[in-house]
Amino acid sequence: MSDGNQGGVNLKVVGQRPIRPDGVDKVTGRAQFGADFHLPGMLTGRIKRSPHAHARVVSIDTRAAEKLPGVKAIVTSADFDAGAAGEVEAGESHAAMKEVAANCLAHGKVLYQGHAVAAVAATQPEIAAEALDLIEVTYEVLPHVIDVEAAMAADAPVLHDDMYTKGVTPKPGKASNVAAKHVMGRGDVAAAFKAAGVIVEGSYETAAVHQGYIEPHACVASWGADGQSTIWCSSQGQFLVRAMVAKILNMPLSDIKVIPAEIGGGFGGKTTVYLEPVALALSRKCGRPVKIVMSREEVFLASGPTSGAVMDVRLAATKDGKITGAEMTLKYQAGAFQGSPVNLGLMTAFACYDVESLALTGYDVVSNRPKVAAYRAPGAPMAAFAVESAIDDLALKLGMDPIDLRLLNAVRDGAKTVYGATVRCCALVETLEAIKASPHYQTPVGKGQARGVAAGFWFNVGGESSAAVHVDEDGGVTVVSSNPDIGGSRASMAMMAAERLGLPIERVRCTVADTTSIGYSGSTGGSRVTFATGMAVVEAAQKIVADLKRRAAQTWECDIAMVEWKDGVATCIDPAKDVKPLSMKAIAGKSAKTGGPIAAEVSLNAQGAAAGFGVHVCDLEIDPETGRTTVVRYTAAQDVGRAIHPAYVEGQLQGGAAQGIGWALNEEYVYGKSGLLENASFLDYRMPVASDLPMIDTILIETKPNPRHPFGAKGVGEVPIVPPLAAVSNAVSRIVGRRMTSLPMSPAKVLAEMAK
Amino acid sequence: MPRVTSISGRIADFTGGVSAFQVEARTVRALMRELEGRFPGLGDFVEDQMALAIDGEIFQDALGAEIGADSEIVLIPKIAGG
Amino acid sequence: MSRMVVNATVNGEPVEFLAGGGQSLLDALRDELRLTGSKEGCGTGDCGACSVIVDGRLVCACLMLAPEAEGTRIETIEGLADNGHLHPLQHQFLEQAALQCGFCTPGLLMASKALLDRNADPTESEVRYWLAGNMCRCTGYDKVVRAVMDAAADLRQAEKPR
Repeated sequence: MSDGNQGGVNLKVVGQRPIRPDGVDKVTGRAQFGADFHLPGMLTGRIKRSPHAHARVVSIDTRAAEKLPGVKAIVTSADFDAGAAGEVEAGESHAAMKEVAANCLAHGKVLYQGHAVAAVAATQPEIAAEALDLIEVTYEVLPHVIDVEAAMAADAPVLHDDMYTKGVTPKPGKASNVAAKHVMGRGDVAAAFKAAGVIVEGSYETAAVHQGYIEPHACVASWGADGQSTIWCSSQGQFLVRAMVAKILNMPLSDIKVIPAEIGGGFGGKTTVYLEPVALALSRKCGRPVKIVMSREEVFLASGPTSGAVMDVRLAATKDGKITGAEMTLKYQAGAFQGSPVNLGLMTAFACYDVESLALTGYDVVSNRPKVAAYRAPGAPMAAFAVESAIDDLALKLGMDPIDLRLLNAVRDGAKTVYGATVRCCALVETLEAIKASPHYQTPVGKGQARGVAAGFWFNVGGESSAAVHVDEDGGVTVVSSNPDIGGSRASMAMMAAERLGLPIERVRCTVADTTSIGYSGSTGGSRVTFATGMAVVEAAQKIVADLKRRAAQTWECDIAMVEWKDGVATCIDPAKDVKPLSMKAIAGKSAKTGGPIAAEVSLNAQGAAAGFGVHVCDLEIDPETGRTTVVRYTAAQDVGRAIHPAYVEGQLQGGAAQGIGWALNEEYVYGKSGLLENASFLDYRMPVASDLPMIDTILIETKPNPRHPFGAKGVGEVPIVPPLAAVSNAVSRIVGRRMTSLPMSPAKVLAEMAK
Repeated sequence: MPRVTSISGRIADFTGGVSAFQVEARTVRALMRELEGRFPGLGDFVEDQMALAIDGEIFQDALGAEIGADSEIVLIPKIAGG
Repeated sequence: MSRMVVNATVNGEPVEFLAGGGQSLLDALRDELRLTGSKEGCGTGDCGACSVIVDGRLVCACLMLAPEAEGTRIETIEGLADNGHLHPLQHQFLEQAALQCGFCTPGLLMASKALLDRNADPTESEVRYWLAGNMCRCTGYDKVVRAVMDAAADLRQAEKPR
């Protein structure tokens, strides 16, 4: 690309901090989120959920509910198309549609408390609630299993009698809860341990945690008599919702229009469907629009948390700290259906380090919990917690500075990852050095406090994206994005277009289109939007520039090579021509005379995404009376390639760190003996609030822009949730005087450890 | 000849346990055809559910990507993220 | 279901609406008055996304019954900007990128306004503890706290006698 990567030279808009195009709507209450839509004749939908952790559904009697005045439709899994099959690109991998459907409305068995069994649409919320009570479900309660190792036991109650462990040869003869075994590795691990100067080992566990978006799932679905339907919903991907609903209800894609609402947080948790097929099935039955909004309790009970994990890790190193080999076993909860991110845990666990010999084993295990959904760097934070704890042990054992130890082992360009990729444009070393040189790390640890350090990695992805750029008749520009804006991507899209077109940012607006108004795009996830959809925006803007130059050349009757486009103005560089420069406005105003409207749409499948690395340092103190941990200082540094809008990049680092701190200290799914969730509320599921946290300092490392993106961007959203678990626990372990191996490090657990 | 390995044990379900082999293919599309021919079901499985690292660079859904005469190809699970 | 007529002042304008006995103020604002800027994140008073100011007091609209609003003066996010001019809090939230998804933002802004209405010069700790009832999952609160403190400074500057 001749003028592709500008490498930060002469950038006028990229790297600035303009106000986001959708900002005013969001600070004035005008932004329309999923639950804010209202249509004439709209009904309220509600979902009947299982009170049991595991049971066979013997019968569902809806007769009494149907007779209740105001009830317009009732659906069960029988209303889904039985042939729903195949797979759809989803959050963490591919989602088997049969299982997505059975998660939306239980088929034959309920597999966790809160599993949907039926749904009703009624004219009033009160009537819908009353109708739910009138639906009689007869259950045959089955033994349940909650914890991952219990679910793996030979005598555990089996959730799916057709599930045979994949990845094992020969194929097992008996169904089990282990959906798959994953093995990866290289080198000679046994030799590495035999030759090791130092060996550290540990066993770790983390609790299931929820993404915790503040906006509960919500949608409105309206089925038309001709089958053409519209869905308004809050999701990370309008095209993904369309694909899943079409499969589950056996409809052609073109008969479903999905209009993306503003989305109130997702973090991966809104890369699947729970309500949309149910609402549309209800609407199909009664011909009226149906709105369903989850309560917070339903969000906790029946939308995806991420896996709790049980992990063993063992490191072999030389006496001067070079890690030569590692063994690791990961057991990840998948929830009620297969598909935990355990393979991603294996792939990321040692991605920060150049380790010659690795033997990694992972198990994907179902149990009577809600099906996990993607959560920010799916699978990576737990594995990193174990590995970074072990590396901290190694640093203690060797008396080495934890950053120096990581610098000694850090991957550099050209290193081979265990999953086959070669490390490129990697700034992990610079990121470690930046933390080492930071005012935070240079300040001695406060009295009674301790400091923890940890690193983290995420792949970041590219993938399919579409974008359009439309030039208005007055020379202004609209960028049409195909991805829901979850954290400011309208700003980065508009900025990249403005940069390439040479316009001030105020002349570029950005909108997010529905499924009928722009080409297909993958979801907002995988830290891909600024990279992949941004690439589509820039390519569309380049087409516009080429078109503008062509029109200027036509106007001046000169060769197009004689036209230069700079700062939003076409200039003729042919000394023989005495013509005035043509502004965007001038060309746009006469577009009818030079070929018609000026617009371009680009659809692509972006390759060349670059991985990201983060290093966090955390200072904290513990109240010896209560066991409560208080983080007093926190700094997050990250290899970001190039920050398009640095304030929103900083925000990603700060938000990821806060989520990771919550994961480390407080958040967990708590189950009682009966297999029921005991803390399905924000009061009892304790996410960090403002008074729990200090300011979170950020350092953006921009020394290695990604050469495969026009401005050098790397994904930034997921990396920052990877290091905090260990950064926090490494510090807590210092104060407690013993390795903390179990998350969350809730006050009771910390007190118990301190008393030992 | 290009050499194919996999970091996913799932491949063994199709290959009967073989985890490394050489191929003739010089594009990803040809590779899928070849895998499907040798191990029925594997080509479709890889095309739908896996990504490839070709000489260290990750490709997802890139059937047109070229494979060199001595390329190292690693079959890896598709990566999406949150 | 019997519903009662409720008269109140919302954002300076008199309003009249029908409310069920068990209906929350939040549902009345959103469903009857179509003021959907106040959000429901939990319905149990834990997240603060529905924060509004009633007779000068910060309340979670999900915890107040709609009939209790009779005769009150209610301020919601829709009334924070003055005739299209953003409040300094709104301005600072935008300037400092203190929102990502924006769902908790209306509640955070109303809670912050209630704070600045009674404390023109809050410390960082005072801001953090006052906003402890308003959950934000995106930002880690850093930029939110900075925005509130800078908006307080803007308001103090504007109040200064010249």
